[in-house]
Amino acid sequence: MAGTVFDKPEYFTNREKSWLSFNERVLGEARDKTIPSMERLKFLSITASNLDEFFMIRVASLKDMVHAKYTKKDISGMTPQEQLDMISVEAHELVKQQYSTYNRSLLPLMKQHGLEVVTGHEKLTKEQAEAADRYFEENVYPVLTPMAMDSSRPFPLIRNKALNIGALISKKEETDEKTSKGEKAEKAGKAEKTLKAGKVHMEFATVQVPSVLPRIVRLPDSEDGTKCVILLEELIERNIDRLFSNYNVVCAHPYRIMRNADLTIDEDDASDLLKEIQKQLKKRQWGEVIRLEIEENMDPKLLKILKQELDVKNDDIYKISGPLDLTFLMKLYGIEGMEEYKQKPYQPQPVPGMIDPEAVSHIRPEEERAAFSSGTTQGHGAGTDIFAQIRRGDISLHHPYMTFDPVVQFVKQAAADPDVLAIKQTLYRVSGNSPIVIALAQAAENGKQVSVLVELKARFDEENNINWAKMLEKAGCHVIYGLLGLKTHCKITLVVRREEDGIRRYVHLGTGNYNDSTAKQYTDCGIMTCQEPFGEDATAVFNMLSGYSEPKHWNRLALAPIWMRDRFMYLIARETQHAKDGLPARIIAKMNSLCDKEIIEALYEASAAGVQIDLIIRGICCLKTGIPGVSETIRVRSIVGTFLEHARIFYFLNDENEEFYLASADWMPRNLDKRVEILFPVEDPEIREKVRHILQIQLDDNVKAQVLQADGTYEKIDRRGKERLCAQEYFCEEAIREAHEEKRASEDALDPVKTRRFVPAQPEEE
Amino acid sequence: MAVKLFAAVSIGSAVTEMKIFEFTQKRAMKEIECVSTRINLGLDVYEQGRISREHVDELCAVLGDFKRTMSGYKVAAYRVFATSAFRESRNKTFLCDYIEKRTGLDIDVFTNSEQRFVDYQAIASVSAEFESIITNATAIVDISGSSTQISLFDKDKLITTQNIRVGNITTRENLLPLSKNGEHFERLIRELMDYELTGFTKLYQKDRKIRNLIVLGGGLSEMLSMNETEEIRTLLQKREADILKAETSADESARRGDSKKEPGVDKTEQSGKKAASEKEPLPGRGTGSEKESDGRIIHSLTKEQYEMIYKELIAHTPGEIAKKYNLPSDMTDAIIPSAVICRSLIESFDVDVVWMPGFSLNDGVAYDYGVRMGLLTRRHSFDEDILAAARSISKRYKTGQAHIRNIGEIAVEIFDHMKKVHGLGQRERLLLQIAVILHSCGKFISLTDVSDCAYNIILATEIIGLSHEERAIVAYTVKYNTSRFIYYDELETKTDLDEKEYMIVAKLTAILRIANSLDRTHQQKCSNLTVTLKEHELRISVASQADLSLERGAFEEKVDFFEEVFNVRPVLKQKKTLNIACVVFKVY
Repeated sequence: MAGTVFDKPEYFTNREKSWLSFNERVLGEARDKTIPSMERLKFLSITASNLDEFFMIRVASLKDMVHAKYTKKDISGMTPQEQLDMISVEAHELVKQQYSTYNRSLLPLMKQHGLEVVTGHEKLTKEQAEAADRYFEENVYPVLTPMAMDSSRPFPLIRNKALNIGALISKKEETDEKTSKGEKAEKAGKAEKTLKAGKVHMEFATVQVPSVLPRIVRLPDSEDGTKCVILLEELIERNIDRLFSNYNVVCAHPYRIMRNADLTIDEDDASDLLKEIQKQLKKRQWGEVIRLEIEENMDPKLLKILKQELDVKNDDIYKISGPLDLTFLMKLYGIEGMEEYKQKPYQPQPVPGMIDPEAVSHIRPEEERAAFSSGTTQGHGAGTDIFAQIRRGDISLHHPYMTFDPVVQFVKQAAADPDVLAIKQTLYRVSGNSPIVIALAQAAENGKQVSVLVELKARFDEENNINWAKMLEKAGCHVIYGLLGLKTHCKITLVVRREEDGIRRYVHLGTGNYNDSTAKQYTDCGIMTCQEPFGEDATAVFNMLSGYSEPKHWNRLALAPIWMRDRFMYLIARETQHAKDGLPARIIAKMNSLCDKEIIEALYEASAAGVQIDLIIRGICCLKTGIPGVSETIRVRSIVGTFLEHARIFYFLNDENEEFYLASADWMPRNLDKRVEILFPVEDPEIREKVRHILQIQLDDNVKAQVLQADGTYEKIDRRGKERLCAQEYFCEEAIREAHEEKRASEDALDPVKTRRFVPAQPEEE
Repeated sequence: MAVKLFAAVSIGSAVTEMKIFEFTQKRAMKEIECVSTRINLGLDVYEQGRISREHVDELCAVLGDFKRTMSGYKVAAYRVFATSAFRESRNKTFLCDYIEKRTGLDIDVFTNSEQRFVDYQAIASVSAEFESIITNATAIVDISGSSTQISLFDKDKLITTQNIRVGNITTRENLLPLSKNGEHFERLIRELMDYELTGFTKLYQKDRKIRNLIVLGGGLSEMLSMNETEEIRTLLQKREADILKAETSADESARRGDSKKEPGVDKTEQSGKKAASEKEPLPGRGTGSEKESDGRIIHSLTKEQYEMIYKELIAHTPGEIAKKYNLPSDMTDAIIPSAVICRSLIESFDVDVVWMPGFSLNDGVAYDYGVRMGLLTRRHSFDEDILAAARSISKRYKTGQAHIRNIGEIAVEIFDHMKKVHGLGQRERLLLQIAVILHSCGKFISLTDVSDCAYNIILATEIIGLSHEERAIVAYTVKYNTSRFIYYDELETKTDLDEKEYMIVAKLTAILRIANSLDRTHQQKCSNLTVTLKEHELRISVASQADLSLERGAFEEKVDFFEEVFNVRPVLKQKKTLNIACVVFKVY
């Protein structure tokens, strides 16, 4: 019976729909009045950039399918066209909400807080207008390239994602007076009338809002001290006459397009699709426009031209009541002087257990002071021997609550340590100027064998990756560019060290990228260990990544794309069996997205057998809860907060022999089948308790958590009668508290009065 | 430095592999890295008689990577060796030269018997259990691309080692085109094997029951160990539990590493049984595994379990097997022929347990290095095995064992007393012993042409643990025992030996001749003798009442050559009265 019952399309949510609902949850944060207003701006910006990416990747891919006449239905039984139709409806609604949030809530709120975004150039005061014109004259005008279309000049190439201003222009008649800018609208009205009379010939012209200039232009503060800014496109619109000096500008409106220009097929889609599309390649419409955003009140004539020239359908046109491309809000967030409306930036805390009292005691107070004043200390950790720490016991890391510093120190110390023979690391997305990359290069220069796997296929990061990959090669590192057809997504570092009693291998395994800047925003877990089975497996991983054969046997790790899926299926089935045997059975899984059909079916089967299942899924979740007999024991919650939830944690009760795992992979086909990913068990008893604690707090969250309902919507938790618990805040406070206690304990350990340990002082050596 | 690292690189016919080992202060050897890649050199040699340029380039690139890893580890030494593909490739000399120049690594090409010896060292070295396995009759089988090597052990001594020209690649290439379907293919391999084995079983197995089969190569152990499916794992634990129950008291310490799992084992067993009875019609399909003290797993299967897996294997195409057992598809091609070969052996030997240790030659090479450098202590005396192998060859040719024992004692006695003069070592002493053991095997074929027959027999017989050159030394020594010694400059036919090695031949010949002459009558008249070296005289005193005329006559004939070689003249003295005060040196 199993297998057939659980795969009905109605048991699954379409992944695009689920994604859109995730973006709605992010938008919910922008609408949440309890959140500092500047933070709300940031969330709104995130929804905008999310949506852009969604169109470029997912919508583009669906469009490809439609063109290729690919009609295979997704797990929820929708054809590509049906999905596109659904997306269009939902996305229009989402955009409407975005702008209502922007116009009705955030703009007035900002103004109240003393930050005004001047919404139209017409609204500028005289003083501001002068400053704006001056800025235009000096900075903007020289870089503008207006382009017109007429019989001799074809429609110009409009760049993907760039903001443009489209205009209708007509040849100036000699009698035309010079009109002042204030009269422009009136004039446009006149021009339209003449146009209607059919006497004036109008041409299309367009100018790109230069991306080299900041989108936000600061204006002089108003008299009451309100900070004023205006958007660049408004300045250009205001001065558009100057670009077409022999013409009258009839109307001018911003627009923005998104093209299906990415030649790669999204890895999430079926491989048979790829073949299909390759066959259809010739028919494919290169650079097809898949979305056109226009200002709401755009002149219909202008729109008609755009529509015709860009060959875009009505469904794909988004009329925007406000500035296009809200991602500028992230820049606005950075404006100085608004700190009281921002959340205080959290300072990642030292890792408990890594403040080494002995190492500290070696540093004399005066040295410490000197180091501090010269800024050479790295907060913490710089003075401690990280390898000694790891030898003492496995170390668990929970970012960003705990600092990423130990990971950087791990590589840095390895680079300088004369006993270290080799360092191997996978790098997926690395921050520019990454201290890790610098340390790796340093290690190679110090004569260590350094192998770095650089994943070039990391979405949108290709160019950046190539640059520092070349830098590493120059430094003498052995750079591997991943495996053909597989993205290397696992995060693993191996340090081989030659010690008294033999070779010892130190391994860091994590759920997040080796990126010190995103580690401040993404919540991730990691462990550092020198346990031999992990060391052996890590060595095998790097051999595999260098193109050599898989090992005969894995000790601890389960790798995608070969073993991980089977392992998960086994772990889930084992719980199912326990439930069937009448034993307590429970699964807790935390990840970013769940959309793998096989896994979902296994979870349904487990639920039907009575396994209690809690899922903590930030993003897409194609699983439905509350289906009678199928998913009644499954609860799904999503946490969207200040930090991006990014860790993947898996818990299986296994008849009281609990198993905890961390992984770099989500339960998505792409992670399980098309990437190199690592699933690793947490074995250290202390760390297991820490991981359990993380899961428990997230399950107890009643502030940021939203629970998936049977109808597919997400609802916040009714807090009545419960103590308020926000997981992210809780972890922040906990980390501060623990670090503080630790520090006090280590200070106490040095205090001779408290410890009754009197250490004779040594004379300073010359 | 307290810890020494050694890299062993094997260039096999299907797999090129590097292992890096660590020798610790505790005189233990630990594998710390294993890198391998599949380059199918064997197929090249099979199809074209030589290794293709593409594969040579690929090999060079791989060796370059290996060299980098070696230097990363700062290894103290390395050894790169090639096996059958190189051995059989007609361009092997150019090949080695080219690769050595390009990669800067020296390459040894193993002879078959060297390779087997290393094979055997590998198992013996890594597995402490080996000693107990081979107390019962055991066959070690190495299935490779073009042949299968079978080595027979009984009462912890090697009996014989034979090479059968049935390999997994050759059978696939030769028989697959002839076969109608999978089943037919299987039958063809079995027929061929059975035919090949009849001779072997008649000659060597006789009425022995071979209880254990240790299978190396052929991808079978990889198939089992890569089998990460949980189904197998559960069954594996189940068998572990069975073993535990059977020998709880006896063997707990060996499995201490697994103690954590123990409480769970019973339950797994229960649920495993339940699952098996409910939906799995294959209850016994499991593998046992022995956990070594150093954490290595030796898979073992009972005959019935093997049969079960075999049946399943045969029913699938290589592609399906690859999927089911999570193996790279180019590896599975060879698995079916390997499995059939293995099954034929199980049937003809009537084996109870099949062991699949999954060790590679690299383990043996590293072990050999460790012993030579004094980093390890031997667990097993390999010299004894080599001698045992030689003895079983001599028995096959019906040589007089008492005679051999007697002149063996004499020869060793002379060798030991001449140490200062000949300057040879333990290895040459072993060669001398082998030469003694085999010196009269030619009589089996012809009584008039003994020396040439013996020479040919020795050159044509695999002696485990001896390199080709060493075998040639033995063969020449035996040959010149009764025929005129041909000086190096006079040699008309080419020889694989260089002048230095030929010098050993001369020295061993001189000793053998003297020793042999002292039992001219094959009556062991000179079993009580003492040897003393005085300047230019080697005095051999024999305490015997017997008539030594014939011995003395033969002795005098051999003396000149001895003197020529060593500048020492042997003198034979007979003491007719058994004097108790006289020190009687008894060897062995």
